[in-house]
Amino acid sequence: MSLIHIAWRNFCHRALSSFLTTLSLALGVGLVVLVLSVYGVISEAFTRNASVGYNLVVGPKGSPLQLTLNSVFYLSQPIENLPYTEYMEFLPQEERATMVSRFGGDPALAQRDGRYAPYVAGGFAIPLALGDYFGEFRVVGTTPDFFKELKHGPNVDEDFTFSSGRALQDFSPQHGYFEAVVGARVAKQMNVTLGDKFYPTHGDPTGHGHELGFTIVGILDPTGTPNDRAAFVNLEGFYLMDGHAKPVETDEEPGNETEDLLDESIDAEEANESPLESNSNDRAGGSTNGIRLVQNDLTPHETDNLSDAKQPEEYRLLSIPEREVTSILIRNGNIMFAPGMQNAINEGIRSQAAAPIGEINKLMNLIVGPLLTALLAITVITCVVAAVGILVSIYNSMNDRRRDIAVMRALGARRTTVTAIIVFESFQVALIGTLLGWVLAHAAIVMYSGQIEDQTGVQVGFFTTSNYELLVLPLVLVLALVAALLPACSAYRTDVGSNLSA
Amino acid sequence: MTQLLEITDLQKSFAQPGGGNLMVLDLHQFQIAKAEQVALIGQSGGGKTTLLHLIAGLLAPDQGSIRIGGVEMTGLSEQGRDRFRAETIGYVFQTFNLLPAFTALENVRLGMTFGSGRHKQARAADLLARVGLKDRFHYRPKQLSVGQQQRVAIARALAGKPKLLLADEPTANVDPSSAESVLDLIRSTCREEEVSLLTVTHDMNIATSFDRLEKLDEINRIMQPNASAS
Repeated sequence: MSLIHIAWRNFCHRALSSFLTTLSLALGVGLVVLVLSVYGVISEAFTRNASVGYNLVVGPKGSPLQLTLNSVFYLSQPIENLPYTEYMEFLPQEERATMVSRFGGDPALAQRDGRYAPYVAGGFAIPLALGDYFGEFRVVGTTPDFFKELKHGPNVDEDFTFSSGRALQDFSPQHGYFEAVVGARVAKQMNVTLGDKFYPTHGDPTGHGHELGFTIVGILDPTGTPNDRAAFVNLEGFYLMDGHAKPVETDEEPGNETEDLLDESIDAEEANESPLESNSNDRAGGSTNGIRLVQNDLTPHETDNLSDAKQPEEYRLLSIPEREVTSILIRNGNIMFAPGMQNAINEGIRSQAAAPIGEINKLMNLIVGPLLTALLAITVITCVVAAVGILVSIYNSMNDRRRDIAVMRALGARRTTVTAIIVFESFQVALIGTLLGWVLAHAAIVMYSGQIEDQTGVQVGFFTTSNYELLVLPLVLVLALVAALLPACSAYRTDVGSNLSA
Repeated sequence: MTQLLEITDLQKSFAQPGGGNLMVLDLHQFQIAKAEQVALIGQSGGGKTTLLHLIAGLLAPDQGSIRIGGVEMTGLSEQGRDRFRAETIGYVFQTFNLLPAFTALENVRLGMTFGSGRHKQARAADLLARVGLKDRFHYRPKQLSVGQQQRVAIARALAGKPKLLLADEPTANVDPSSAESVLDLIRSTCREEEVSLLTVTHDMNIATSFDRLEKLDEINRIMQPNASAS
């Protein structure tokens, strides 16, 4: 008969005590595993969020962390805006010339490459314009390049895919300026579908609503990135909303001219959208939490023919001086150029370039790092408490077992043998308690896996484990060994003669 | 006749709570031959159990020699004595001392667990069958009668194929009708296995039926009229 079998028999013989000790340990370990799993989810969520396919974010001078938070996570408030010309500094001469001729601006801008264009060559620069909301979600004005160029996923090699509809398109009479793509969580939480029209609010979720609405032409599949929580609109449409033109001190007051044009467009749009509103009233009502929303049922094919009520040519696009961007997402064609470009930008007086992964790591170290340390401390304390439970349980049983130990000694068991049996018993409690705790914790995680995925985009399964979890079992076994020392020592010193005669 | 156990000038004393030592055993010579069955009688507290513990190596003597099968027990380390005991000595206790966590079969297997491990596990079942408990293999001690428990204890003591079986009042807790059969069982099994037997008993009828009867009061040079512990 093996010593482990003997230990197991002793474990079973004191069934209630063993069960309670093991359960106590299991609950402790379960708590620890749960906490570590949550930390793993948070870490992965951060990592996923940082894996967005660009290596630099350029924005106004200020806190690089804030720039990262508002441009990568769509959190916090934007620092300021940058002139559109700052964005143009990342573009080659041909693209700049096209912009000058299309939007209007200083002809000199069309004469040269952007200052940073050589650094970006082969990569991309995607402008973002923030400031509006759809419900609690950020409205992000951007270009179709956002969906063409950016990747996501663990290896940053997955294109955006759509549960329905399509990506934003470059301007054409067919698509107009007022198309939108919403993230998976936005679509779910705001209860919007393809063809619905929403009206962003300005400044904050409860701010005043813009008069121009955007028609949803695409709903993203979940990506596990902040993009799930954003509503993307065509940058040109974003600029055309009231109050989005930067005032320019010229005789012509181009901003006011835009306002006039927009006023006309609103009338025409409202006249044209009445049928949609009546449809929506039949289905789900026209608003969600006070958010102005017009819902409609359209097939993906039908969304290809969406166009704003007003003829596109009737809008006057903002000139380059009237345009601003909140930030610019950069991917260098050659990543080796990134540090040089970052230094060049940061030496300037207007912009800063932040590496999102670096900032996120700083954030992790700043906030999550100490949190992890605290969690690990709790882990150790919980395990120690559980180990003390093992010690108390086994030690209390020693009085009842001295005779058994003496009998085993009389049958030829060495002192080290009976000591080993006690240690094995402790290990059994530790092993069973740890496995049971792990199972309980992971069962709880699986129960909430749907909500976790909804909130963070991180998929967790029963066997999803973090590296930290793998340390729990050895830690508990070591503590169990320590806990077993006192009763084992007592077993070692058991006097055979007196206990056999007792 | 070849001697299995040879004790020479054995002395054992115990420390007293108030200080000083109390000598309980002073044996000049004591022998048991191979396969011999010896009964040991003596007054309570006369050192009978102490003598068995010394022979089993559970206690170390103050001085003297204990040779079993030519091996000097007092020259062995504690670990050596444990190993020697596991392979050479079987022990039947007055209170049986079966381990309550184990079945009858497992209790018998315990008797061969701590030795060299050369015995087949089937021997435990065979021994239990021989003591009449073929249908009680998986019973726990508390599910067995007192007599059955003692039979399990006998089987356990013989499981490791000992050369010497020490039985400390094996019938003290068994009713008189069972006592004879228990003792018969011990003696017949020892005879079959060619095991020497040293049995402590208070029953003179039983004692006189053994190959030899030794009175500890006569061979122990320490006179302890009011001894209370042994």
